[in-house]
Amino acid sequence: MGDLGWIFISTLLINNFVLAYFLGLCPFLGVSNKLEVSFRLGLATIFVMVVTALCAWFLNTYVLIHAPYLRLISFIVVIASVVQLIEMAIKKTSPTLFRALGIFLPLITTNCAILGLAIFATNKGYGLWEGLVYALGAGMGFTLAIVLMAGMRQEVEKVNAMPKLIRGFAFNLIISGILSMAFMGFAGLFSSS
Amino acid sequence: MAKEQLAYDEFMKGLWRENPVFVQVLGLCPLLAVTNSAINGLAMGLASFFVLLGSSILVSLFKSYIPKQVRISCFIIIIATFVTVVDYTLAAALPVIHKELGAFIPLIVANCLILGRMEAFASRNTLRMSVADAFGMGAGFLFALVSLGAVREILGVGEIFGFALFGANFEPWVIMILPPGGFITLGVMLLYFNWLEEKKNKIDKQLATEDGVN
Repeated sequence: MGDLGWIFISTLLINNFVLAYFLGLCPFLGVSNKLEVSFRLGLATIFVMVVTALCAWFLNTYVLIHAPYLRLISFIVVIASVVQLIEMAIKKTSPTLFRALGIFLPLITTNCAILGLAIFATNKGYGLWEGLVYALGAGMGFTLAIVLMAGMRQEVEKVNAMPKLIRGFAFNLIISGILSMAFMGFAGLFSSS
Repeated sequence: MAKEQLAYDEFMKGLWRENPVFVQVLGLCPLLAVTNSAINGLAMGLASFFVLLGSSILVSLFKSYIPKQVRISCFIIIIATFVTVVDYTLAAALPVIHKELGAFIPLIVANCLILGRMEAFASRNTLRMSVADAFGMGAGFLFALVSLGAVREILGVGEIFGFALFGANFEPWVIMILPPGGFITLGVMLLYFNWLEEKKNKIDKQLATEDGVN
């Protein structure tokens, strides 16, 4: 596999945004109670992340070389407005797609995973293609994590014997810890090759 | 006097009764990502504290000039400005810590706790109360970061703020300083806070029924 392949696998599994970097925890813990909804949220996140990678690359190459201290502010403002524009465009052109992704798009924009993606890609000095693959891997990794989490939570809901004290955030965090431990196993992928 | 009391009350509310992390479960991303040692927790806590205080002051001063429709964007730009200040200050003054916290300093912008306080408190209250609120919430967040960092550092490497606690026989739980340890430690701490809350409610209920009998 080439470099691009490794970037993809590494962000998808080993350096999973949610389970290894703790990015995007709010939706991960907040919206993961239904499998269907969390899958759609994941798709929307992949979409926003790819758009973000494009914006970040453009800003870094053409604008921010002259004023690096504006990086943070311009990332937020540009990403938020581009996502808003795309949301309007989707609403006009494809109502089906809008129903699937629509409500989540503005919510996702203020998520730390999006800003984190832009900052990490900049710090690593990724070019356009590397940035896009990185975004795709990170988005799919987020989707994978949130879908697994939703699946587990749905099963746990069925158990009535669980004490009231442990239900809610505390329990979700402990499940996430176990999930994160399982994902740590993927670190072996790199050393064995 | 009454004013003093109110401001003090706001402070205690943030620090303990409505602690942003243990009670409201906000600001988890920076909380879990940097608390693999107490000192990193402290640095992150102080950075967030400064950003929260600065943005609270600005937002509450300018609240009547900020148009309602674009208030969120305005808040974010104000917050991002303070975060940039912190980022560059830390890079100049404490490069080691800045390197350790890495990309998580700029990510303070996306901390829902800070934006939440702007929207819920600073944009509706006087400067004085907003400062009290920012102090309380900032201290509460700092408290959570340092305690989580301390627990993870003690169990994970057997040290606290870099000082060894146990003898050479101590076998560190390496998992505690790795990502899963963060999730699990916070989960257990939340469990403890739930338990405290439940106990308090029980006592309140008991007192209420006793009052009724008397």
